[in-house]
Amino acid sequence: MPDATGLELTAHELRDGNEESILGTEFQRRRAVLLAAPAHVPLVLRVLHGKGYTFLASLHGVDYFPEEPRLGVLYELLDMQAVDRISVKTRVSTADPHVPTATEIHPGAEFPEREVYDMFGVVFDGHPDLRRILMPEDFEGYPQRRDYPVGGEPVLFTYNEERSYGKWQ
Amino acid sequence: MELKREPLTDPSEFRARQLQSRDLLRGDLEGEALERYVEKSIMTTTLEKAVSWSQGNSIYPMTFGLACCAIEMMSIVGARVDIARFGWEAFRASPRQADLLILSGRVSVKMAPVIRRIYDQMLEPRWAISMGACCSSMGVFNNYALVPSDKFMPIDVHVPGCPPRPEALMHGILRLRDKIQGHSPDGWRERYDAVGTEEVLDGSGASRDDAAINLYPGGDTAGA
Amino acid sequence: MALETSDYRQREESITYSTESAGQGETHELLTLNIGPHHPATHGVLRLIATLEGEVVRDIKPIIGYVHTGIEKTAEDKAYWKVIPVIERMDYVSYYFNAMAFCGAVEDLLGIEVPERAQYLRVIHLELNRIVSHLIWLGTSALDLGAISMFWYCFREREKVLDLMEMSSGQRMHTRYFQVGGVFEDIPRGFARKLSGFLADMPTRADQYANLLEKNQIVLERLRGTCPLDEASLLALGVTGPLLRAAGNPWDLRKAAPYSSYDKFQFRIPVGTVGDNYDRYRVRHAEIYESVKIIEQALEGLPEGPFITPDRKVALPPRHELATSMEALIHHFKLVTEGFRVPPGESYYPIEGPRGELGCFVRADGSGKPARVHMRDPSFTNLQALAPMVRDSYIADLIATLAMLDPILGGIDR
Repeated sequence: MPDATGLELTAHELRDGNEESILGTEFQRRRAVLLAAPAHVPLVLRVLHGKGYTFLASLHGVDYFPEEPRLGVLYELLDMQAVDRISVKTRVSTADPHVPTATEIHPGAEFPEREVYDMFGVVFDGHPDLRRILMPEDFEGYPQRRDYPVGGEPVLFTYNEERSYGKWQ
Repeated sequence: MELKREPLTDPSEFRARQLQSRDLLRGDLEGEALERYVEKSIMTTTLEKAVSWSQGNSIYPMTFGLACCAIEMMSIVGARVDIARFGWEAFRASPRQADLLILSGRVSVKMAPVIRRIYDQMLEPRWAISMGACCSSMGVFNNYALVPSDKFMPIDVHVPGCPPRPEALMHGILRLRDKIQGHSPDGWRERYDAVGTEEVLDGSGASRDDAAINLYPGGDTAGA
Repeated sequence: MALETSDYRQREESITYSTESAGQGETHELLTLNIGPHHPATHGVLRLIATLEGEVVRDIKPIIGYVHTGIEKTAEDKAYWKVIPVIERMDYVSYYFNAMAFCGAVEDLLGIEVPERAQYLRVIHLELNRIVSHLIWLGTSALDLGAISMFWYCFREREKVLDLMEMSSGQRMHTRYFQVGGVFEDIPRGFARKLSGFLADMPTRADQYANLLEKNQIVLERLRGTCPLDEASLLALGVTGPLLRAAGNPWDLRKAAPYSSYDKFQFRIPVGTVGDNYDRYRVRHAEIYESVKIIEQALEGLPEGPFITPDRKVALPPRHELATSMEALIHHFKLVTEGFRVPPGESYYPIEGPRGELGCFVRADGSGKPARVHMRDPSFTNLQALAPMVRDSYIADLIATLAMLDPILGGIDR
């Protein structure tokens, strides 16, 4: 993980390439995060790829409800030579959840991006095969958003099975 | 059906019995000797009982695993809790050849239609064990993704646990064997008066649809 | 925007890419074959749509989600320490690893140190779990290759490890032994003796497996040289763990970025050369020996001291304090009723699971429940490498490759 200064330097470097690409930085105890503008995510990833962060370790979707913009996509990048990690975060609103795909730079992002699309409804423009991956294809809604209920059903026991609406017929 | 074994006390008696059997096969045994022989060595029972006895001792479970419980289900085939002792070890990969479906793990909304289809493909007589908390009651994950198995197919034995120990599954299997052999009067088949998985309706003239709506007009069957 | 259902069907059909002839093949007709979701050789409920030309796999598309359990959503609904049993059920063969990744991420957010004895106890259980995981992989993979007796031997040893786990925690699987800040309880009396007995036994057992498999012509024919994939493509696809090491890259987080005192132990990382199925088998098999070595060292050098952090805000006070200390009673009550609160922040904690990098992302919002838990499961990412591996090889090799890929569907679908 780069230290706070290193993170700022990386951010400056990226800003030199494109003024709007980096919106800010976050630095925590064990974590350096670059806040990228959604449209410039591939650019940021490509520059970081050139700097040695060639391995996309993970890609998560996060719902920051009630903050706005609500949805976040996080790219955990890894430099295997220097054993160094950096994260790229981008935030999109639920009204316009579009992020360009990272599959051209990291082919391994295909499944994780589909999962984020499935669970949070973030559309990755340019993804080769963007459809639901974990839920059935006719499922409606994005179940891991914070405003989606956890769900669940009453459990059937012998004493209540006659009264339960879900009785097997 | 109960078998009673008598120990042979006298070694020479064994030889005598052998000779007697040989005589019978030759057709030499006649009259009172034949009567006595038959009385001694033939057991009478009903065909139904004999069939259910053999069914209970030769179940073919299906090779079907869903999640964590599948690993524990595999371990009952292993050396410690050897399921082969009960004649249930011939796991079959095709539902057409299997008579027991062990639902081992959590059933998601995506998997439920598949399981129902597999169950429908199995031939009668067929049984189902719901292994573990997830497919009986959704266990700790009572959420949007799961369905309990009772809501889409009939289950004969529920084995609790998360995951159940192999011994617990073995107990469930032995309970199912008792049920198949007709010793155990509990379960949905008796409650609904069902044979196989088709519901048989009591009362004359009642159509299938009527009964499906009101199977027990008397009211609640809690604790029945 | 969202894709229509009819569109999905269309895309499902669009997987027939190649119409080229299969080299020596006679037929030019492509056949789409559905394998699964219920199939004995798919290690769970994986569904594969294979496009075949004769016996040659031209393309393959994994369809997953058949054991999607919504664990990440359920975790958001539970207090931090109640998440641990839920999260253990993700990758149901490596439950200690899931708990370790989650606890590590939460400890990172809380900024607490884990006592050294707890770290050593964690290492012992993690490596025991790695052995179990590899044994299950070996048994079921050999079953897929048609060698049924391997299954009994592997499960015989598995029972022994599970006895040890049961001894320390009371459960065979999903033990919930790891706590935030340490482990649940110290190891009981007699555990060390029983463990050393097992450790003395295990290498010879592993030798026996090797003798059974590596002198078997059928196994060798089916593993050697089948479905290799080079290091660069594996890295691009995000593959880690034994699959990557089989291709010659010695990337192992236990060495590269040690956590939980892994830097204190001497062990080697088995590395393959060409990255075919045989290398994948050899790497995992050799890891069993290394795990035994690590446990031996951890047991030998097990330091004295507390097994859980003394921070009463996070860990339960010991039982005897409840009778004497009012403060301990209050802490106990607070912890049991509402759990502890975690300061806002995000953390990603990667560890080396039996299948690769297992990372847990936790976002805390300052309340007693996590705002987001996401697991980077190695099986999920590794599954993407299946298609490039098996393209243009025989369908029998597909089964062998899938076995050597070692996917755990609970981890893939979560």
